[in-house]
Amino acid sequence: MQKFTTLSSVAAPLMRVNIDTDAIIPSREMKGVTKEGLSVGMFANWRYTDVDARVENPEFVLNRPPFRDAEILLSGENFGCGSSREHAVWALKEWGIRCVVAPSFGTIFFGNCVRNGILPVVLPEAVVKTFADIAERGQSDDKLTVDLPKQQVTGFEGDVHDFEISPADKEMLVEGLDPIGLTLKRDAEILAFQQQDQTERPWVYL
Amino acid sequence: MGRTLIQKLWDSHTVADLGDNASLLYVDRVFLHERTGSVSLKGLEAAGRKVRNPEQVFCTMDHIVDTLPGRGDDTIMPSGKAFITTTRDAAKAAGITLFDIGDNRQGIVHVVSAEQGITLPGFTQVCPDSHTCTLGALGALAWGIGSTEGEHALATKTLAVNKPKSMRVNFDGKLAFGVTAKDMILNLIGAYTASGGVGHAIEFTGAAIRALPQENRFTVCNMAVEFAAFTGVIPADDTTFEYVHGRPYAPTGEAWDKALSYWRTLTADDDAVYNKDITIDCADIVPTVTWGTSPGHTTRIDGVVPQPSEAPDANARTSWERALEYMDVKPGQPLEGLPIDAAFIGSCTNSRLSDLRDVANVVKGHQVANGVKAIIVPGSSQVKLAAEAEGLDKILTAAGFEWRESGCSMCFYAGGESFGERERVISSTNRNFENRQGPKTRTHLASPTSVAASAIAGKIADVRKLG
Repeated sequence: MQKFTTLSSVAAPLMRVNIDTDAIIPSREMKGVTKEGLSVGMFANWRYTDVDARVENPEFVLNRPPFRDAEILLSGENFGCGSSREHAVWALKEWGIRCVVAPSFGTIFFGNCVRNGILPVVLPEAVVKTFADIAERGQSDDKLTVDLPKQQVTGFEGDVHDFEISPADKEMLVEGLDPIGLTLKRDAEILAFQQQDQTERPWVYL
Repeated sequence: MGRTLIQKLWDSHTVADLGDNASLLYVDRVFLHERTGSVSLKGLEAAGRKVRNPEQVFCTMDHIVDTLPGRGDDTIMPSGKAFITTTRDAAKAAGITLFDIGDNRQGIVHVVSAEQGITLPGFTQVCPDSHTCTLGALGALAWGIGSTEGEHALATKTLAVNKPKSMRVNFDGKLAFGVTAKDMILNLIGAYTASGGVGHAIEFTGAAIRALPQENRFTVCNMAVEFAAFTGVIPADDTTFEYVHGRPYAPTGEAWDKALSYWRTLTADDDAVYNKDITIDCADIVPTVTWGTSPGHTTRIDGVVPQPSEAPDANARTSWERALEYMDVKPGQPLEGLPIDAAFIGSCTNSRLSDLRDVANVVKGHQVANGVKAIIVPGSSQVKLAAEAEGLDKILTAAGFEWRESGCSMCFYAGGESFGERERVISSTNRNFENRQGPKTRTHLASPTSVAASAIAGKIADVRKLG
């Protein structure tokens, strides 16, 4: 997994509440049993005026310069709610998004981000809104800086905002860890749990 | 201090305390389906890893498989066949139990899991599907995950999880005539918004919950995720135990007795304290329908589309304005009487035998209005067979409903069959997102009986007026 430490980038404002994973990657854009080739379908219903012909909607923020190069996305509360489809995260990642800043996230989406090297940053709504208002100017030198080790976002005007993230999620992102590999090292503990559990709840074990 | 039910489930599955409020939790059951489960199985294989306990992993075909009669591996959805065949091959290679097309145990993952007794009280269960919380209605800790976490659970039988905060939602009082479990959960989300449960695991309690038959309890827990909660749980009681008893994977004999005495300990202690407490008086609930594009955009069936100026904040106002435009409804407009193009009964929220019985009761002796496409999709092949044995299919088809094979079907638009552009659909499903049931399709969520009454009226209707 790609490590995440610091990032300085243009931030694209997509300030709607409850942006669901159906919007991030519509169901019919999940065409194959792989994690690749999804970015072309990202936000398809908003990004294209004709989805089938892939005619871009020039009004949509990610179709406009300088946001085409944005690695940070700003959004309203409950970003990534809805379906558990990890394809939403794979699409964002493939397109180039490395960090999403929002007042809150869909729980499953949040976990999917961390497991794919995308940093979900929770900041108060007023802060995200202030970022978005400035970002709207579309100046390519308006950049946000995200420092995960310090758990800080530096705003466009040098303003510094602390954010919370669980130590485990932080470590996974900073170190680019493989969580399955880590857990497999605990196989003896898992086996011991199963042996004990089997006497208490034998009906669990088919 | 006493423990909440969630805390008890958490403690009994903790393999290791990872510190900082995180635990490595033991996962009793993993359930997969062909759309996202296939990616988990393929990912695992690509990494050279094995399924740790394949006998405790199950898989079904529900998301992409067609629901039209005579279906096979070919789908209306372009490339759908690849999902089906890949999943079948991967499931076989991994040695896990597959409920394939043609198997009479096939159906929507969360319907099947309960029906087969695969999920039991006190279990932990995960599935790469957000509505896994449905199974919390059995007193289980069940939650939706992504495909990568799916790989983790398959390879290790565990997941590292940050402990959510606790919330108790107490549904007090008694439901009035014509009001259902679906109306209860829509009311909760309507009152506290679609992000109202974020960061919390919810215990649903109260007299109205206890009075609900087991099948209706699934409907309440199903939509915990639409409330942005980690999951929702209902403590198992005699209603649950009666439901579970005799299911194919449920314990029998001495093992049943032992399980039952264990399950009876799985309730919150009287002095348990929650991070948040909500009480809803069910006497205030009437049939409820959504007007917008979030499950929180609800109104009473006899109510009107709200004014954006009444929105609680600027964000809600913007979201309401956008929803009004998408849904083509106007502030102040009554929902009752709004003409519909289609009615859909199905999905993991409301497609169980009791739902179909309720619908049959409403439509018996009536006809679906001219020009309305009405579709009913049983939640599982077992539901379909049981409904046919009771003759429900005859009543429903005589009224003008299409009767389908089981699956997720048009709960979402997978690129196959869908409702038409700008068509207005009343639906027993869980999501009214933009484009959810088809390109530019407008979805109104409601209870199965409200959907049935509306199909007959040809417009959004108050089921209580049908008598």
